[in-house]
Amino acid sequence: MGNQKKGRIKSIAGPLVVAKDMRGCEMYEVVRVGQEGLMGETIKLIQDLAYVQVYEDTTGLKPGEEVVRTGAPVSVELGPGIITNFYDGIQRPLLEIKNQAGDYITRGVNVPGLDPVKKWDFTATVKRGDELVEGDYLGEVQESKVIKHRIMVPPGIQGKVVEIKSGSFTVNEVIAVLESGGKKIELTMKQKWPVRIGRPLKQKLDPEVPLLTGQRIYDTFFPIAKGGTAAIPGGFGTGKTVSQHQLAKWADSQVVVYVGCGERGNEMTEVLITFPELDDPSTGEKLMERSTLIANTSNMPVAAREASIYTGVTIAEYYRDMGYDVALMADSSSRWAEALREISGRLEEMPGEEGFPAYLGTRLADFYERAGRVVALGSEERFGSVSIIGAVSPPGGDFSEPVAQNTLRVVSAFWALDTNLADRRHFPAINWLTSYSLYLDFVKPWFDQNVDKDFQGLRGDMMALLEQEAELQEIVQLVGQDALPESDRALLEVARMIREDYLQQHAYHEIDSYCSIEKQYLMLKIIMRFYQEVNKAIESGVGANRIAAVKVKDEIARMKYTPNQDFPKRYEELIQSIEREFESLRNQK
Amino acid sequence: MSEQAKDIKSREYRSVTQVAGPLMIVEGVEEVAYGEVVYIRTPGGDNRMGQVLESQENVAIVQVFEGTRGLDTDQTRVRFAGDIMRISLSKEMLGRSFDGLGRPIDGGPEIIPEARLSITGAAINPTARAYPNEFIQTGISTIDGMNTLVRGQKLPIFSGSGLPHNELAAQIARQATVLGSKEPFSVIFAAMGITHEEANFFINSFESTGALERIVSFINLADDPAIERIITPRMALTTAEFLAFNYDTHVLVILTDMTNYCEALREISSAREEVPGRRGYPGYMYTDLATNYERAGRIAGKKGSITQMPILSMPDDDITHPVPDLTGYITEGQFVLSRELHRKGVYPPVDVLPSLSRLMNEGIGEGRTRADHLGVSDQCYSGYAEGRDVRSLVAVVGEEALSERDRLNLKFAQVFEERFVTQGVDENRTIEQTLDLGWELLSVFPEGELKRIDEKYVKQYYKKGSQVGAGD
Repeated sequence: MGNQKKGRIKSIAGPLVVAKDMRGCEMYEVVRVGQEGLMGETIKLIQDLAYVQVYEDTTGLKPGEEVVRTGAPVSVELGPGIITNFYDGIQRPLLEIKNQAGDYITRGVNVPGLDPVKKWDFTATVKRGDELVEGDYLGEVQESKVIKHRIMVPPGIQGKVVEIKSGSFTVNEVIAVLESGGKKIELTMKQKWPVRIGRPLKQKLDPEVPLLTGQRIYDTFFPIAKGGTAAIPGGFGTGKTVSQHQLAKWADSQVVVYVGCGERGNEMTEVLITFPELDDPSTGEKLMERSTLIANTSNMPVAAREASIYTGVTIAEYYRDMGYDVALMADSSSRWAEALREISGRLEEMPGEEGFPAYLGTRLADFYERAGRVVALGSEERFGSVSIIGAVSPPGGDFSEPVAQNTLRVVSAFWALDTNLADRRHFPAINWLTSYSLYLDFVKPWFDQNVDKDFQGLRGDMMALLEQEAELQEIVQLVGQDALPESDRALLEVARMIREDYLQQHAYHEIDSYCSIEKQYLMLKIIMRFYQEVNKAIESGVGANRIAAVKVKDEIARMKYTPNQDFPKRYEELIQSIEREFESLRNQK
Repeated sequence: MSEQAKDIKSREYRSVTQVAGPLMIVEGVEEVAYGEVVYIRTPGGDNRMGQVLESQENVAIVQVFEGTRGLDTDQTRVRFAGDIMRISLSKEMLGRSFDGLGRPIDGGPEIIPEARLSITGAAINPTARAYPNEFIQTGISTIDGMNTLVRGQKLPIFSGSGLPHNELAAQIARQATVLGSKEPFSVIFAAMGITHEEANFFINSFESTGALERIVSFINLADDPAIERIITPRMALTTAEFLAFNYDTHVLVILTDMTNYCEALREISSAREEVPGRRGYPGYMYTDLATNYERAGRIAGKKGSITQMPILSMPDDDITHPVPDLTGYITEGQFVLSRELHRKGVYPPVDVLPSLSRLMNEGIGEGRTRADHLGVSDQCYSGYAEGRDVRSLVAVVGEEALSERDRLNLKFAQVFEERFVTQGVDENRTIEQTLDLGWELLSVFPEGELKRIDEKYVKQYYKKGSQVGAGD
């Protein structure tokens, strides 16, 4: 009896290996399986049997091979070198795997998350004798062109600085020594943190600042706050991934963690190729300079897919602790849930809905709850946030399935992608009638102060028009458009303008891809002005057909292609054109 | 186990304790590897092949590819090969035909292997992939113009029983070229559970173009063992990888019919009494399909490529059925065939609205196809979508109640189906012809309505007052 350091394989079925003689092994402990030392994690214990989910392909394993305990839970290495890197689901750098194993990902490649050889220039910001607590900065490293990486005292540690040095170090070299209660603690630039446990913080705050994305449908209609959570569910082909890419590219967060979870290999390659080339509007550098990517494609081992979102969120929390606003994109949480289901099935657990385990909801909630705007650890007051945007891929595009429903219970912004809209190439194909955001009231003061007091009012007016349109459309379906009164026909015309000229946004268009919040506001005002003029014209007896034929409509249709900085001028011109044309319309009568 | 039950040297056992459905349980075994190949000799003297699905200390659960008929729990001999499933590969495979397990069926000799590779294949490291962006001209307007295929893409055809998906796939295989490149495609054809006629149709179609020596076929017919179908696509894709990345070949892999593959998967899953997911298909079907579909692509620094065109029939034309649904989540788009169009006599009956090519944006535009391509495609989509809506409206309110704009959309939808979608089985349109045709049809609309196309292209290509024929 007692603790056993290693056991033997008892059985193998897919990614699940049962090992015997494993008494003393802990839940979620990392083990090395078989001759090749495949990485695995224990997920169930019975007496001296350990059930291990293996993060690599298990083909060729035999009963009787060794299973070695490591004594540690699945953890990530946190320190300089994460930004601009590209990891698999268990934080192995993919480029390093390629150097060692070639074009294909083979088994048993063991590489650390942080480069152990690379030297970083560390500048100390504390001096000997300073009293430090957990989360306090020791110094900083220029990690990429735009990210200043703060080296922090790890959680749970405090003391007086007895030694600190600036200079060029690897992540494993000691840069500081703290003394606490007569004990000396050596610190390096690297921390380890178990992925399944959220990093500690001082306090969670209300989400009051919007995370601006440059995408009109989100910013204007369904905003997400910094530290908030959002879900984008949609059937295939509705543009989940393009939406996620757009958000990663343009959202005004300082750090982007992109988790490709069980998705297409070519999509990850696209991210990998485009991010280092894309200009980041906020820093002028390349987007990659503030991003880290985690890729577990659909054909990579399923257990590592389960781990990948935890790896991602732990990294996000680490940068939050430095005081950054971090955006985490998880594409797609459904694939993660399926990995959970697959493992659960192999464990022969009693299934809940559609074969998913009963704890699906709890796990999803645990994950999304790790988002938030917080006061981070450290003696100075420091704010950071993690916003989580998760894609959901419901089977058959049916939102009533368990993953979508459980996600909806925990997220506060819901951006519903619609197959009908996608079919007619209305992109982003977010359905404005079913989507919602619970952050509208939280961020109102911010919009009032930083954009304009009537911004949210305009938004409300537009929403009302769209809702009226939906009602009218039902009537049109029955009796045809000609049967409507003139005012309703004019309303339909304006609603169409909102849909086509405002909500539709071209992700691949050089200018339209990013729309500043100022431009959004002015665009709204232009459409509103148009609507008012239309109403005036109708009151004075101008027919809907003549209104439908006004020239300025075409100009409004093209306003999205005017660059952000030129837009105020264009706004003035358009308002004048509208006034001029409607005036002559009224006079002609 | 007793002495007679096993022979240590060859690891041969006679200790089969259970046979159920496609599965067989062998006890008293030692050190059997997960995924190991198993050779079985029935009491009647037949040889069968199998693979270890679950390995325990003394017990192995084996899936038998060629059916369990004739096996017993007394005389059946089981030999564990000591190796995982591999396929012998050689360039000489071009022009040959094999069965679903990779054994020659054309009367030719065995393949002398240049390499023996595991058929499961590893995942391509995303950092090693090259992003697909070379336009493949198929000569079919609905594909080239609206849902462009590129080299290294996986783009399935979602079809239904009775629809001409085979004709379409064969036409694509015949006509596919890359502009400005003379390199021919090699085609790997993997048939799973299709009929003799269907298989013959493909072979004859390849033969008629004199391309048979560029084709490798793996054929599992409807009356061949169902479980074999689990292996067939993996054989085909391993061959494809070998030809693409060892011999710089551009390979087009046609997999038909993936629905039969999934059914074989379900059969094994239910025999193992696993917890079922939707409609009885196993919960891991997404992962399983992905390990096949993701084996398409290009690798940076290598000349070859693998383009995949799986064909699957949607039971009851239901696109939300698990097979098309999971496939759509993995592949880079889909072509959806429509029964309605087929009934109208439209060939190819590609319904462009639910069809999609995700890699289109990278493959088109200036230098690849033509600068106006994206705009034309977007505008046609939007016009056709609105036209179709109006069509259902007309059924209720009659044509008189339509607005002028609706009338134009209706007109456009009609000519679009009649002239753009419709083309001959041997009609090979260049991309220029396809786009010019698009402009001709779009000229139904007044210039100002073409909002999705950049003004400068409208100026360049818009055909003022052109008469669109047909109809009326």
